[in-house]
This record gives sequence, C-alpha cells and structure tokens, in this order.
Amino acid sequence: MIQLSENGYYGSFGGAYIPEMLYPNVKELQENYLSMIYANDFQREFHYLLKDYVGRPTPLYLAENLSAKHNATIYLKREDLCHTGAHKINNTIGQILLAKKLNKKRIIAETGAGQHGVATATVCARMGLECIIYMGAVDIKRQAPNVARMKMLGATVISATSGSQTLKDATNEAIRDWINNPVDTHYIIGSVVGPHPYPDLVARFQSVISEEMKSQLLEATGRENPDLIIACVGGGSNAAGAYYHYLNDLDVRLIAVEAAGEGVYSGKSAATSILGTEGIIHGSRTLLMQTSDGQIVEPHSISAGLDYPGIGPLHAHLITTGRAEAVSVTDENALKAAFELSRIEGIIPALETAHAIHALEDISFKSSDVIVINLSGRGDKDLNTYMEYLDKY
Amino acid sequence: MLNRLTKWFENNRENLLTVYFTAGYPQLDDTETIICALAESGVNIIEIGIPYSDPLADGPVIQESGMAAIDNGMTLQVLFNQLADIRTKTQVPLILMGYFNQLLQYGVDKFLDDCVKTGIDGLIIPDLPLMEYEQFYKDKLTQRNISISFLITPQTEESRIHKVDALSTGFIYVVSDSSITGMKTGISNQQISYFERIKSLQLKTPQLIGFGISDRESYLTASKYANGAIIGSAFIKHLKGKNEVDKATADFINLILKP
Repeated sequence: MIQLSENGYYGSFGGAYIPEMLYPNVKELQENYLSMIYANDFQREFHYLLKDYVGRPTPLYLAENLSAKHNATIYLKREDLCHTGAHKINNTIGQILLAKKLNKKRIIAETGAGQHGVATATVCARMGLECIIYMGAVDIKRQAPNVARMKMLGATVISATSGSQTLKDATNEAIRDWINNPVDTHYIIGSVVGPHPYPDLVARFQSVISEEMKSQLLEATGRENPDLIIACVGGGSNAAGAYYHYLNDLDVRLIAVEAAGEGVYSGKSAATSILGTEGIIHGSRTLLMQTSDGQIVEPHSISAGLDYPGIGPLHAHLITTGRAEAVSVTDENALKAAFELSRIEGIIPALETAHAIHALEDISFKSSDVIVINLSGRGDKDLNTYMEYLDKY
Repeated sequence: MLNRLTKWFENNRENLLTVYFTAGYPQLDDTETIICALAESGVNIIEIGIPYSDPLADGPVIQESGMAAIDNGMTLQVLFNQLADIRTKTQVPLILMGYFNQLLQYGVDKFLDDCVKTGIDGLIIPDLPLMEYEQFYKDKLTQRNISISFLITPQTEESRIHKVDALSTGFIYVVSDSSITGMKTGISNQQISYFERIKSLQLKTPQLIGFGISDRESYLTASKYANGAIIGSAFIKHLKGKNEVDKATADFINLILKP
C-alpha cells in the first residue's frame, strides 16, 4: 500500500528539511491543504476551471499507427491539448485557488522549460495576482518563446544567475524569494518536489489525469486498468498524475522514463534513479545527483523540463521499492521519437514527452497489452531545437 | 570533553561578537589564518561555514564565497584536516555551520566524531528539522558534548520559540528579519520591537542576533537586546580579493570593536 505518512514521507523519502524562515509558511500549508482543497466550493471551482478554462477532460486517443508499429494497443493521454500546452496547468489552477484561500497576494514560481512558468503566469492573469517567475539564465536563452509568453501574460521573469543557472537554481531563487516575503506570498512549485506537503499537493492536483484515464479506459476497453503506464520523469509531476489512481493496482506496470542525456555514464545525464544517491534537495529527502561530499551535481538533458538533479520523493519510493520501473532515454533517441510521432500520428510532442514515447523501444511488453503513454506536453516550445535536426531524422 | 562555547557563556553574557566565514575562501588554506586572526582580534565565537552548492538560507555573498571555496577544492574532509591542530593554536569557541545533506553524505556519526577530534564545540544546521533532531540526533550530540543552535525568526510562534529554547544547547540564533543572509543593513524600529519581545520571554538559552549585522553600530544595537550579534556577509565581502587575510581580518574586526 503506497501511502503518505503523517510527516510527509513515502517510505523513507520526503519530509520537510527547510530553514526556520520557511517553517511558518510550510506549516500553514501542511495544516490546511487537505481541508481546503477538498472543501465543496473549492472542488466546484477547480473542476469548473479544469473543464471550461483548461479544456478537460483531455482525450484518451488510440494511436493506431504507433500501436501497429510497436505491436500493442497504445493510447495517448492528450495532456498536450490542455490550455497552455501541457499538464502543468492542472496544478497551477489548484494552487492559485489555494493561494486565494490563504489570502496571498503575490505568486512566485520556478520554471525550467517554461511550461510551468507559463501555466503560472496564465492563472495569475486570470485571477489578478502579481506573478514573479524565476528561470535560469541558461534556460531563458533556450526557451525564448515561453519567456515571451510569460511576459505577455503580465508576469515578471527574473533570471536566476546563481550556480548553474538552470532549474535547480531557479528553484533556489524562488525559495529565497519566499524567505524574503514570508507573509503575502505563495510559492507555486511546479513539480512533485520540495518540502511536504508540496509533493502530495501537486500529485493530488495532477491526479485528475489518472482519474480520467480510468473512466476513459473503461469506456474504450471495458476495463479501467491498462497493463502499462509510461510517463517521463524530471521532478515527476505528470508521471505522478498518470500513476496516482493506479498506485495500489499492482497489475498495472508503471514505467518512469528519465533523461539519459548524452548517455547515462557520459557525465552529461539526468538519469537520477541510476546516478542519484539518497540525500536532500529543495527540502525533500529523495534520490539526487550529488558528489560524495554532498554537493549537488548539475544534470544534463536536451529537454529543459527533465534537466533536474533530483526526483520527487514519491518516485524515489516507487523506484527503490520496485513498484515503478525506471528507464532512461538519450537526447538522440528522444529526438528520433519526437520526429516519429510527428510523422506517423501527426502529433508534435514536447521534448520531455518524446522520452516517454521512445521508451516503447526500451521495455518489453506483450502484443495483447494495453499501454497508456502520458503525452504531457506539445512541442511548440521546442521547435528551435527540432529545426536543427530536421535534416537528420 | 570540554565545551568551550557553553563554558564561555557561563561567564560572558554581553556584547558577544560572533563572526562567520566560509571555509576555503578566499583561498583554500586560509582557514587557520582566519580563525587565529579573528580570535586574536577579540572575536568571541567563530562560525565556520561549510561551503555548499545550494545554500537555501543564504544570500548572494555567502553563495558566491561557497562556490569559490568548492572550486578551490574545499570538502568536509579537507576542512577537518585543516582543523586537526587548531586547538594547539586557540581556545576560541568554534562552531560549524552547514546544511544537513553535507552531514548525511559524510556520515553523521563520523562527522560528530571528527568534530570531537578537532575540538569543534557546536553546530548550526539550518535545515535540520527540530523533530528529526530530537528523535535521531539529540542523544548523539549530548553524548559527545557538542552543542547545537537553532534559529528563530520574526514569524516564529511563541510556542515554537520555547521549543527551540528547550532544544538549543549553544545559543538561539535570532534571525533579525525575514530574509536570507546579507540582504539588509541597519535595524528598524519594527526589528527592535521584535528583539524586545524575544528578550521579554526570558529564555534559558543565550541569544545572538544575526542577519543584517554589518558594522559597529548594528552590532552594538543588536547587543542591547541579546547577548551579542553575528556578522557574516559583511566580513566575507571584506575578504573578497584580499591577499593578506590575517591583516584584512584584523582591520575588519578593529572597526567593529574599537570606537
């Protein structure tokens, strides 16, 4: 039985390792999040916005050509069709409603690929709250279209220039902002990472993905459960959402696809479950890439959204206990899969999602298996990268 | 084992000057020089920062010094090697400040044993939860007579302040403002009323005020409301680019202590 403990642990992973300056805010969330998000009026508004603003339920699409190629029944859960182009908005809608309940006036967030930043800027515009997005200086360069979208939505984008200037450092800067603004500010974390209750909070908001999958699969196949669910994992929010209502259905194989970068052992990789060891990152005890001295190592992936040196504590627990199987896919194979899906299904996936598509080549399954791949985002933001490889694939 | 910090507090309760520096900065081997120069200049307690790649509670000055120190080759093992003979040089109370992940990777027991061997008197681990300390580490520190100091902030509730008072065995680190280190200078009236509120609680543990203490004036003001004050970022900033760190250290402390 996979269950969060009272103190916010999945097995030995999780908890809240935070400096005292963050304690009152985190405690406020810990004490209130469950009662607030399950209140009737909250649920009503959350589901109304998911339906009419985000465009849920997202389709569960039978990818016939992909199925024929891989000799199985493959469905794509079309999170790429959500407003703003990825699953990220499921969480930001939930958290902005929570921020309003907590009377916060100012929203901060970190972003890697920019999808969470855009999703946060979007809901802040909708709700009329000030929005500050921290983004690594390196990521600002490689995800320019999303930076422009955030600005057009009225957000202030602050370049994180400390450390390696990517997602890890943007997260550090957002946490420091929260320390400096302890009363009026809510921090919308974009993934199932950070101190308790964030991993659980974000997973609950993203769990709408697997909730819909259950009823859609029942209608399409006559049973709620697929044989496999495949999702990419950086921090792991789309995977957490796709697994959530299946965590204790042991007949469903959960496949977590990490970014191998230029190769798991190339020194330029983000395959945390293989390269990581137990430690603490961003307030959570989990698996992370670090030196023997405990310094956090900068990962590499062609996809900014998977370029994170840790994984959420839920995933650390699922993988170390064998409940989920970790697979890693290189930059090159993700690119191949992105072009393949574009050409045979007419769907351009995000680079992050492309890793999950390629996993079909890396795992074994039976021709009778029903597989759901969580198509977490669309590839518009990655067009610059894709264009570089147009002649190659 | 003697704990120089708690011993010190038995007889000294006023205007205690504590100074933080990042081990391995500006140069890898400056650690001993800086400790000795601080002690000789009249600093009462020295806080040695273990450089970390992701120091959540620290501002840009300490972050940058930490990155530079890591690039210089500083690790916990190197630091303990540098401190091996420090007790033949000075008896000033020494505190290590670091993030919990560093201790976990080094091994908490090994870390504590090495603290005993080198004569470290106390620890500050800002991201170690009180409950986890109480449950898993309190006995280990007590057995080795190593003290620990927890933080409070303007937002810390009174019931929690009493919990911090009960668990802290060194001092209470009174964070002067809602901020990361090195962000603000000067002390506002709002901060003064917070200091007065803490003082009126008559806590058992000595209190030192830190964050935003940068010069003689803020040190003296803070010391009126607590047992003393902690200077960090301002000292690191002063050391930047200095070749003769012993002289630079003495110059900086003289400006704080001498009218």
